[in-house]
Parts: sequence; C-alpha cells; structure tokens
Amino acid sequence: MTIAGSNIDVGEIVQATLETLAMLGGSLTLTVILGLPLGVLLFLTERGRLLQQPALQAVLSFVVNTLRALPFIILLILMMPLTRLIVGTSLGVAGAIPPLVAGAAPFFARLVEASLREVDPGVVEAARAMGARPRQIVLGALLPEAMPGLLAAVTVTAIALVSFTAMAGVVGAGGLGDLAVRYGYQRFQTDVMVVTVVLLLAIVQALQAVGDRVVRHFSRS
Amino acid sequence: MTSEQQNRPRIELIDVAKTFQTGDGARAAVRGVSLSIAPGEVFGVIGESGAGKSTLVRMINLLERPSSGRVLVDGVDVAALGAAELRAFRRRTGMIFQHFNLLGSKTVAENVAFPLVLEGRLGPAARRARVAELLDRVGLGEYARRYPAQLSGGQKQRVGIARSLACEPTILLCDEATSALDPETTRQVLDLLAEINAELRLTIVLITHEMDVVRRICDRVAVLDAGLVVETGRVIDLLLRPQSPVTRRMLGSERATLSAPGRHVHLTYRGDAFDRPFLSLIARETDVELQLVSGQFGEIRGERYGQLTLAIQGGRPDEAIARLRSMGVLVEEAGA
Repeated sequence: MTIAGSNIDVGEIVQATLETLAMLGGSLTLTVILGLPLGVLLFLTERGRLLQQPALQAVLSFVVNTLRALPFIILLILMMPLTRLIVGTSLGVAGAIPPLVAGAAPFFARLVEASLREVDPGVVEAARAMGARPRQIVLGALLPEAMPGLLAAVTVTAIALVSFTAMAGVVGAGGLGDLAVRYGYQRFQTDVMVVTVVLLLAIVQALQAVGDRVVRHFSRS
Repeated sequence: MTSEQQNRPRIELIDVAKTFQTGDGARAAVRGVSLSIAPGEVFGVIGESGAGKSTLVRMINLLERPSSGRVLVDGVDVAALGAAELRAFRRRTGMIFQHFNLLGSKTVAENVAFPLVLEGRLGPAARRARVAELLDRVGLGEYARRYPAQLSGGQKQRVGIARSLACEPTILLCDEATSALDPETTRQVLDLLAEINAELRLTIVLITHEMDVVRRICDRVAVLDAGLVVETGRVIDLLLRPQSPVTRRMLGSERATLSAPGRHVHLTYRGDAFDRPFLSLIARETDVELQLVSGQFGEIRGERYGQLTLAIQGGRPDEAIARLRSMGVLVEEAGA
C-alpha cells in the first residue's frame, strides 16, 4: 500500500519500524545483561576498590577499549563469521543482534562504571563496617545507590543503539536504517528518507522521555 | 562473669601503626599507638585534622588493616580473624560516621533494617518489629517511611545510630559523629549516645576534633598528634591540667593574659574544695588582697571544677599560696 503521489509504502515502513524495535529490544536487553556485570567488575577490580585486581582490571579495560575503538561499521563486518556461528545467520534482525551487543555492551559497561564511581564511598564503607559480603555490598548498596545513573545509562545506550541499528541496516539487517539507505539514499526517494528519519526521531524522543521519567522516579534527593 | 573477665580491656591497641603507600612514598598516619579501653567506657580520641584519628578508629574494626602492631578486642586479635569471623565481629561492632553514610535510595526504616537483612537472622516480621523499636529509641518513630534526603543532619545521625545498634553491638565506633552538626544538635546526639552507653553498657570509642564533645561525654581521652598519643587520661584531669602543648592548643586554654597589679596565680580546684570559702579564708589569714582576673566553673561527668586566675597583692603571698595548696587547690604561678 503506497500513499498516493509518493514513494511511501506504509506496509514496508511498518515492517521496518517493527524490525528496528525488535533489534533495539533484543540488543538492549542483552547489552544490559552483559554490560552491567562487566561495568561492575571494571569498577570493583580497580585499585583501592572492594575486589582490587589491577591485572584483571587492565585486561578488561583493554578489551572494552578495543571494542569501543572499532568503528561500528567495521565491527559489523568483522563479526560476521562469529555472528553466523552464534545465531546461524548474519542477516536480518537475529544477525544484527550480536554485533549490536558487541558494540553497545562495552559502551554501557563504561557508563555503569562511571555511575558506580558517583556513589558515595562512605556508603560502601558503612556496609563493610556492618559486615556485608561483597555480593551484598554490590546488590544491596552500590546498585540501588547508583540506580538513577544506571537508568540514565540505559537510556543513553538505547539511543546509541537506535543509530547502530540504522547502520546495521546497511549490511542487511533490515529496519528503518535499511529503508533509508535503499530508498532514500540509493534511489533518491527523499520522502522515504524523511519518513524514516522522522520515525527514528520519534523513537529517540520516546526513549529519552521514558528514560527521564524513570530516572526521576528513582532519584531521592 | 569472673572478675578477671570484667577487668580485661574490651579493646586493646598494642603499638599499632599504619603507613599508607602514596604516589610520593610512604605516609605514616599512625605511628605506634597503645591504648586500653575498658568495657562500658566512653573513650575519646581527640586530635586536629590529619592527626590519624580516623585511621586509628578504622583499625579497630579492620576497615584499615594495621601495618604493624595488634588490635585485641575481648582478647581476640582481629587481624587474625577469617573472612566470616571478621564479618560476624563487624556486626557486633556498630559504627557511625561524620556524613552519616546512609543509603539515599532506601527509606529510614530500610536503612535501619539493612544490617539485619545482611545478617539474615531475623525474618521480615521480627525485623520490622526490631526496626520500629530502634526508631523509637532514637525518637524517629514517625519518620520510618521518609528518605534520608528529607531529614535534617541530626535526624540522619539518629538514623545512623539506630542502624549501628541493630545487631546489638557491644562496641560503638563514632567517627566525628557530630562534626557536621550544629551545637544544639551536637548536644542532642551526644545526650543520646550517653543514654545508650548507660542503658546498653556499650563501649563507645569516639573520635573528634572538638574538646567540647570530649568534655560532654567521654570518661577518658587520648590526645593524638601526628600519629602519636601525646597524652591520655581521665577527661577531668586532662581538661584541668593539660600537659602537652597540643592539648592546650585544642583546649584554647592559653590562659587569659589580662593583667592587674600584683602576682598572678592560676588556681584549679574541684569537688570538695567548693565546700570551703578558701579565698576569704586565706585573705583573712595572710592579709593578702585578692583581685579576680579570670575564671570559669563547670561540671565534667558529674564533678564540679573551677579555674581562676588571681592577682595577689600585699600581705604574705607565699604563705597564702602554701595555704591554698594545703586545701587541695592546685596553684600555678603565671608565667612559670
């Protein structure tokens, strides 16, 4: 179904939007699942922290920096064999998720580390003085205290992932980015380009609005 | 309890030292401190900032591990405890902090419940009951559902105190617990600590840079300077007869230099001396003229004291001074 007098195919746009949202949802979930412990570990193993392990910290930090230094488009291509190994294909929504996670998890981990640094060290000291185990300190004190920062980090990461999904479109992942490139760029259909950009903007706006609201809810001061 | 157990110190520091490795070499925070703190005592450690008091108190519950020396609590070397034993020991050792260190993300009740949750001994219902009891004790029963950010400094410290008492500690460590509070709130918090000390027979170790805190609540005090104990003893002795320059400085007791004609003497007396009008007595007996230059009176832990500076003229001043001494008044010549 095409809107009269334009190149805009509503069915295709709906399809692409759903693909983008699926990529976003899947990759964001996995990014948080992998990035959160990674960020906690980066923080805790630092010298002077609870589980200080400078050697481990240096290794983790190097891996994170390497993944963050690679331009995402290069990561997409480099990861193809690995992606096929993990999900069986490097195409479509499923094929996009591993590189998206590989690109976003280190970024998110750094944001987690930064939010944990913002937590008053006195709170950790108080928990130690109460005889808390390291696990109890992390789950009972550090993470709850860092919650507003962590939720802001999820929001920023989600928005970064929106632009990553658009890039993943270039290598066959589908979604709005794919549409923008194939129609808007390659076939000079400016109207399609405008619609996709407007939709991406709407997604970003919505994520930021929800994120801000949730952060506010968890802020106690 | 046998008398031997009663006499054993609750906390014993034996030549404890702590050196920190910093970017530009080693820095000694505590240089070899030995102290013995009795059960049920309120023991103060006073010193100026950087004297090493925070480090010293943190070595008692091993938040800082001593570089050398031993910390014995009820005869047990805390540095030798295993991880699980150390956690159990820390639960029996409450601690409150200058900046309260409450969890901002949790309510007052959740903050007080936190050590109980960590301990995992009480179920939710018993925990709620215990938290309510603790909040009542510190006078914050109404505030259970508030968040720390909604409380005043004094209220936050009360929450800190309630939290520190949750696991029925035998020792309470206070790290500059009133330094962030105004004088009136400080007084209330100290009164609460004194009450807790009296009711629970809790041993309190309190570090501060304020002599007034020591005066109000401590039984004994150690003065720490540059990582060393320069003076230790009963608070009244230390306040009335400070021996070290650091203590004098902290007391702000460079005595008044107002002058009047005659020989200046400082008198210090307490307790029974109040019951005799010794000034008019010596004036009559030795024909001296006495002029009051400065003075202060007070009570420290229930004992009255007075400190006067007098100018003496005429009569037989040496006999007057000897007479004062014979009545138990400490006399020091000004400028001597």
